Amino acid sequence: MDRLLELEGLFWESVVETLYIVAVTLGIGGVGGLVIGVTLYVTRKNGLLANAPVSIVLNLVVNFFRPIPFVIFIGAVQPLARWVVGVGIGNRAIIFALSLAAAFGISRIVEQNLVGVDPGVVEAARAMGAGRPRIILTVLIPEALGPLVLGYTFVFVALVDMSAIAGVIGGGGLGNFAIVYGYRQFNPVVTWVAVIAIVVIVQVAQFAGNRLARTILRR
Amino acid sequence: MNVDLGSTTGGRQQPALSVALSGVGRTFPTPGGGTREVLREVDLDVRAGEVIALVGPSGCGKSTLLRQISALDAPTTGSVVVDGVPVGPGDLRTAVAFQEPRLLPWRTLTANVAFGLPRGTPKQLGAARVAELLELVGLADSATLRPRQVSGGMAQRTSLARALARAPGVLLLDEPFGALDALTRLRMQDLLLNVHAARPTTVLLVTHDVEEALYLADRVVLLRDLRDSTPEDTSIARIVEVPGDRPRDRADHELTELRAELLEGLGVAAHHTPAQPA
Ligand SMILES: Nc1ncnc2c1ncn2[C@@H]1O[C@H](COP(=O)(O)OP(=O)(O)OP(=O)(O)O)[C@@H](O)[C@H]1O
Ligand SMILES: [Mg+2]
Repeated sequence: MDRLLELEGLFWESVVETLYIVAVTLGIGGVGGLVIGVTLYVTRKNGLLANAPVSIVLNLVVNFFRPIPFVIFIGAVQPLARWVVGVGIGNRAIIFALSLAAAFGISRIVEQNLVGVDPGVVEAARAMGAGRPRIILTVLIPEALGPLVLGYTFVFVALVDMSAIAGVIGGGGLGNFAIVYGYRQFNPVVTWVAVIAIVVIVQVAQFAGNRLARTILRR
Repeated sequence: MNVDLGSTTGGRQQPALSVALSGVGRTFPTPGGGTREVLREVDLDVRAGEVIALVGPSGCGKSTLLRQISALDAPTTGSVVVDGVPVGPGDLRTAVAFQEPRLLPWRTLTANVAFGLPRGTPKQLGAARVAELLELVGLADSATLRPRQVSGGMAQRTSLARALARAPGVLLLDEPFGALDALTRLRMQDLLLNVHAARPTTVLLVTHDVEEALYLADRVVLLRDLRDSTPEDTSIARIVEVPGDRPRDRADHELTELRAELLEGLGVAAHHTPAQPA
């Protein structure tokens, strides 16, 4: 227990680091996933911007990256991370890798939810003279917003999970904290404190996501 | 009912436009690799301001024909010309009320009707116009409700109001009163006639109801199902001029013969003959 008190500062730092990594990733990956997902949807056959070549290539890319286990993905995109964010290790590199992985994952969630929007309504909007950008922004995304919020909440939780291995390339956060100060130092109490912190973060996020989705669905 | 929509259209009212269909055919590919011909050689000249009722058995291609005029679908053969100019995707000279209401589920009825306004309508003018249209279709009290909170008939009237919001040159209505109870249906028919009298619009209206067709239309176009046709047949089985000026007497005896004729064309006996006891 004394050890725990010594580590208190580090612990809170790790909490903040995890939240920071996940939030920034959700922002970047979320926007990226939205763009890829909308593109996947509109380029489908009979879509608003049906385009077979774009659709096929994009599907291939997404399907190529999605199944790669994240711990391997980090290493695989390290050269790319060096080139884009200037470093291959640390939080910036982990945010880069996470954002990329999240964007591909989110894109499928976005696509699925857009497919769920009644095509008759989309056609009606088209008949009203709404242009494609207007249909995407004022019909498709708002109509799918409730389920999308749930999808993004799911991704948030997945990111908390994935970010735990940031330590592999020198990133911080609760996962790293648990491994370095708990597991490697044979201190299960420290490990469990980190576990509980993660559980609390996940619960709060899920609760907030559910609330928000419900409010949106009821608007 | 006093209808003066001209007051809030802000000069955006389009004049009624003529519609010319020539040789319009539509053939769909079928999953088995075959094709299904739904429309064949449809020739129809609709004068500006005319009201046309399209009747025909279920599945004969009435909705498909409207989709050709609204340019939501393109004919396999032939052409659709509105006011001398072929129709194209996103054509704003036409407005449709679909067979299903197709409202935005998370928007209020007001927002749904507003969606039909021409782009660039000044905000205040638009709001006034939407309120007026909702009043007209009897939904003023439900303006803030969402589609799932209203009945099928109310949703359909909202969809009608949305189509009217455009003040289009050509109004395409696909069974606009199909989901309404008998009384509301009669009221909405009169509403449509009032709107039509107040501001010129060409109307093509699909209906299953021969009475409705005879009450509203200048001409009734009877379509046939090509599945029970000979190769020489075209989709239009018959075009009937409805005599007399609107508003017509719903019980007009002059129309009795026409009614029987149309019902027969639809494959319905005008008089029910009881089966002879054996
Ligand atoms: N996009 C499509 N692909 C394949 N077949 C289609 C398509 N659209 C319509 N059809 C077919 O065309 C035929 C006519 O359909 P349509 O909806 O125009 O009929 P309708 O006359 O409006 O019928 P109802 O009175 O029941 O509304 C149907 O057999 C339908 O299956
Ligand atoms: Mg139909």
